[in-house]
Amino acid sequence: MANTSKTRVLTANRLGDGRVVYLGDNGWTSDLDLARLVLTEADAETAEAAGLIGVAEREIVEPYLIDVEAESDGVQPLRLRERIRAEGPTTGNSRVAPQPEAA
Amino acid sequence: MYRYDEFDHAFVRDRTEQFRDQVNRRIAGDLTEDQFKPLRLMNGVYLQLHAYMLRIAIPYGTLSGRQMRKLAHISRTYDKDYGHFTTRQNLQFNWPKLEEIPAILEELAEVEMHAIQTSGNCIRNVTTDHFAGAAADEADDPRPWAEIIRQWSSLHPEFSFLPRKFKVAVTGAARDRAAIRVHDIGLELRRGGPENSLGFRVFLGGGQGRTPLVAKEVRDFVPEHELLAYLEAILRVYNRYGRRDNKFKARVKILVHERGIDEIRDAVEAEFADLRGGVLDIPAEAREKISAYFAPPDFETLPAKSDTLEAAWKADPVFGRWVARNTHPHKAPGYVSVTISLKPTGGVPGDAKSAQMDIVADLAERYSFDEIRVSHEQNLILPHVKKDDLPALYAVLVEAGLATGNAGFISDIIACPGLDYCALANARSIPIAQRLSERFADADRQADIGDLNLKISGCINACGHHHVGHIGILGVDRKGEEFYQITLGGAPGEDAAIGEIVGKGFATDEVVDAVETIVDTYLQHRSSRDEPFIDAYRRLGKAPFQEALYGS
Repeated sequence: MANTSKTRVLTANRLGDGRVVYLGDNGWTSDLDLARLVLTEADAETAEAAGLIGVAEREIVEPYLIDVEAESDGVQPLRLRERIRAEGPTTGNSRVAPQPEAA
Repeated sequence: MYRYDEFDHAFVRDRTEQFRDQVNRRIAGDLTEDQFKPLRLMNGVYLQLHAYMLRIAIPYGTLSGRQMRKLAHISRTYDKDYGHFTTRQNLQFNWPKLEEIPAILEELAEVEMHAIQTSGNCIRNVTTDHFAGAAADEADDPRPWAEIIRQWSSLHPEFSFLPRKFKVAVTGAARDRAAIRVHDIGLELRRGGPENSLGFRVFLGGGQGRTPLVAKEVRDFVPEHELLAYLEAILRVYNRYGRRDNKFKARVKILVHERGIDEIRDAVEAEFADLRGGVLDIPAEAREKISAYFAPPDFETLPAKSDTLEAAWKADPVFGRWVARNTHPHKAPGYVSVTISLKPTGGVPGDAKSAQMDIVADLAERYSFDEIRVSHEQNLILPHVKKDDLPALYAVLVEAGLATGNAGFISDIIACPGLDYCALANARSIPIAQRLSERFADADRQADIGDLNLKISGCINACGHHHVGHIGILGVDRKGEEFYQITLGGAPGEDAAIGEIVGKGFATDEVVDAVETIVDTYLQHRSSRDEPFIDAYRRLGKAPFQEALYGS
């Protein structure tokens, strides 16, 4: 069950193209800064319910909550895996990080 | 190379249409993700960190120019303008949209390619020596046998739901360039039967992952025509006795390890006795029909020495270095096989831009009888190049950023996609490879170090073959931080060995220095410049390396 001392957001991959998305106040967004912050257990339950609806409506797959840090300059995932999901591969060269796409 | 017949074309077309229907039903809501996932995996479609990933089968690593050009077109049209060649001689696209994958498969079918059996608990793409059909030292070309195994194993009804995935590698030379001893089944085609006839030495139960094991020899000779009966006997034993209760103990290597090779051999021989002489016996005419697809090209009669090459070598020492490292002896006088390194300084091992793929396709058509190979070392090979053509070929490679002369050197690193792409990874692999390649970029230093293979995996599944690296690096997650464990003394070839952990792991900002310390220790302790790293390690053991890394 949700740990209310943490700030979290709900993330998933979009069904049609697999791109990383976050649950925002107005549906799913690829902009982490627009993600809805999950601060309480009640928030978590609401977000997870929205995730299940997103799955049922075939918008997204595999929703789960991630820990983030919300500062004035934006939202930052705590785990490296999620930072890479948010910002793209760290490998440079010909590797183009995924461009933010419209939700 | 093998060409599809009408049956093959119809089979792949039907499969593409079947998957198109499955994608449509998934998007329409007629299939849930749980129902769809095994279907997409059977067609090589994974969901990774950032997007779907499509793994395309390159049977035994062989491509024509037309096929390579199609891969370039797909990467340009449907992906992000590059592709990633893997340690299983396959190609992965990291950014395809699910909705567009049926169109990609349709494009692949046009050039006799697909993504079937690149995932799932089935017999995967058969791999082989990347110099097959060209190498001066091979007993015979293993590719017809890889193709026969491919045909036998494709959608084999009995072996489509094995306890775990199953990988077969085949080589035609005693010098093992296909890492056959770390595959579920390794086959060495050799002469040893009546009247010096050909057959197979069979190894069983090798593999990497969390339980790395070198395969055991299960039979020293299986006559060619009985190969499929013997393979079917092995698969039947595995299918019956392989563990299905624990995913981590389900590979055939665990079965061989737990029961012992003698008990498994007895069970296989009993099955083989039932199967041999039956429908799996391969008629000579069927084998010859397949072999005809792999007939040697029409080589010119040439002197072994090329004056053009000698002159260019003298005029350009950098070119000379590239020739010395990136060409391999060929069975036809006046020819060599060329390794096109996909390991430029600071680059991503195995990645090629679409423009580079197009150039390699052009070069294959112009200089290598329209043949390209993908090596498990994540490089590309032009198997049949005239020595006279090397200067012109090299000039094009230089322009394309493909002329790194580092085959077999420390910067010729195998690295899995790691945490930059892979949903299973615990740590990044590619950035470590990039930093190591930059640290050891100096050509003179690499030449001084000599043969040294360095392999990096971002998790214990070992896609980066770290267990068989002379220096192996395994990325782990330690309390949310990337950490790297180093193994020494692994080897992938006929002297296969699993590397030993040298000591405690290193943080991200320490690991490149640690590798440099290991290399410097080798340079200090080698008996001469002629003693390569692996020989020195086997003579010295890990003590001097531990002392250099951790103190006494």
